[in-house]
Amino acid sequence: MLRYIGERALHTVPVLVGISIITFLMLHLVPGDPVLLFAGDKPMTEEQAAAIRHQLGLDRPLLVQYEDYAGHLLRGDLGRALRSQRPVRDSILEVLPATVQLTLAALALATALGLALGIAAALAHRTWLDTAAMGVAILGVSMPVFYSSLLLLLFFSFTLGWLPATGEGGLDHLILPATALALVSSAVLARLVRSGMLGVLRQDYIVTARAKGLSRALVVRRHALRNALIPVITMLGLQLGALLGGAVVTETIFSRPGLGRLAVDAILNRDFPLVQGTVLVAAVVYVLVNLLVDIAYAAVDPRIHYG
Amino acid sequence: MPPSIPVSTTASAAAPAAAPGRPGRTPTPAGIALRRLVRHPSVVVGGTLFAIVILAAVLAPWISPYAPIRANQRAPLEPPGAAHLMGTDRFGRDVFSRVLWGGRLSLTVGVVSVGVATACGVTLGLVAGYAGHGTEAVIMRTIELLQAFPGILLALAVIATLGSSLPNLMIAVGISAIPEYVRITRGAVLDVKQREFVLAARVVGCRDRAILLRHILPNVTAPLVVIATLGIAGAIITGSALSFLGLGIRPPTPEWGNMLAEGREFLARAWWVAFFPGLAIMAAVLAVNLLGDGLRDVLDPRFRG
Repeated sequence: MLRYIGERALHTVPVLVGISIITFLMLHLVPGDPVLLFAGDKPMTEEQAAAIRHQLGLDRPLLVQYEDYAGHLLRGDLGRALRSQRPVRDSILEVLPATVQLTLAALALATALGLALGIAAALAHRTWLDTAAMGVAILGVSMPVFYSSLLLLLFFSFTLGWLPATGEGGLDHLILPATALALVSSAVLARLVRSGMLGVLRQDYIVTARAKGLSRALVVRRHALRNALIPVITMLGLQLGALLGGAVVTETIFSRPGLGRLAVDAILNRDFPLVQGTVLVAAVVYVLVNLLVDIAYAAVDPRIHYG
Repeated sequence: MPPSIPVSTTASAAAPAAAPGRPGRTPTPAGIALRRLVRHPSVVVGGTLFAIVILAAVLAPWISPYAPIRANQRAPLEPPGAAHLMGTDRFGRDVFSRVLWGGRLSLTVGVVSVGVATACGVTLGLVAGYAGHGTEAVIMRTIELLQAFPGILLALAVIATLGSSLPNLMIAVGISAIPEYVRITRGAVLDVKQREFVLAARVVGCRDRAILLRHILPNVTAPLVVIATLGIAGAIITGSALSFLGLGIRPPTPEWGNMLAEGREFLARAWWVAFFPGLAIMAAVLAVNLLGDGLRDVLDPRFRG
């Protein structure tokens, strides 16, 4: 197991390097002269441009520039934002907890909802409950995050006045954005749990367990659920990616601070170091989380042997 | 025509057996699939709904009651009523007309970017699966790298790099969908490659290109049709999300995502400005999802759940 963890962790190294290459190249793939990104749109002579280019090191060979960039990354230096002149790292660290909080809350909610809906539908296969649950699920899958956010805002904040519409703060500020974000994922999970359960419930060992006199509830809990959940764990990693991406939209709508909103604002302000930093951090977080999911997967499923 | 993409693949194959129900003829597999398709409830419901959405967008210039960008200062934020079916926005523009027109862009972005993603993804997937070795490793590692950027973030990075415009929006949404097509195609190719008929084709001296295009590609179309159909749903959402964030199609050009963003500011006072464009997105996405689910049931028994 330890060896598997080690190997799996080693596999992420090239991915992390690749991510850094992509965020590095972003700057150079911008159409036109990258100097303009730093100097703004104000007119300047060719000499001035050359001076800035030299000052930023943009006149050096690409490989040297990457070496420099990667070196700074390894020291935790993501450069300075153009607007605020603050270190990008500080801006990101400041908002990262809010995004993590939102994403984890949404993930927990989505898992709970998805499991409940999926199990109920599978156990009630071919009844009205199954049809209704799957109807709700396909509506959920078809609901863009920005629309679920707006509908929740409309209903719970503006019509009922139960929850605050925007901003950050206590739990009451987290409920709506987390719910909005969780809806799509819970629908995806519900469909997956249902088909997983249906597949498992058809197995011979379930019939055997029932035949030897175990109660239905016990069979579902002990035998069916465990096996049906294995694909769900893999899906959680993917869903976390979707949630991290969805946070971009949710944070903007609910005016919550966070990595996503920082990224969008950076793009709108054409603040390139900040764009690079946020994209890089989001990808690295996602890769590391998937590493954890894979390890958890190996720990949960005894059939998987590694190494 | 977007709705005919998934259907025509089976329909063209079924064409020789034009009337599956005619007595005295053995129905072909494609004919059977086609017959199952038109009887599948979610294909029928999803297909009809999608056809309506497409028609409404195509016919927008003729059926929309008002010009989509003409302001009317005397009627700002009017609630839905007889004169304005879905009310008016803050400039007094007719929301219903803007929803009809907005669909043209939102749906185009969805369909074109799936086209981009399918073309690139299928080519890369075919090459990776068939060539194997170093080529496969390079392609698959690159794809894994693209997948390291969660959700909408890859599209966001592309927009940040290229700038926001309609073509860039399609490229961004397309690129972010490529990995899925590569993986599905490659998986299917690896599966088909081992079969006897591919070996037979090689034995009789077929070139790689012919084997790939004539023998392998037709056998991987079923999962691809399903994925591409469902992909349109995702692309519509990603495209309108980017416009919603101000990184896609900019106002005053009507597009569902940017209409929603404009309506968001007036949510407390005038819910209809944001509600109806969102409903339109949901209807389009739901239609495509239903269609895709049905196609998957009929075409791809492996995925049946």
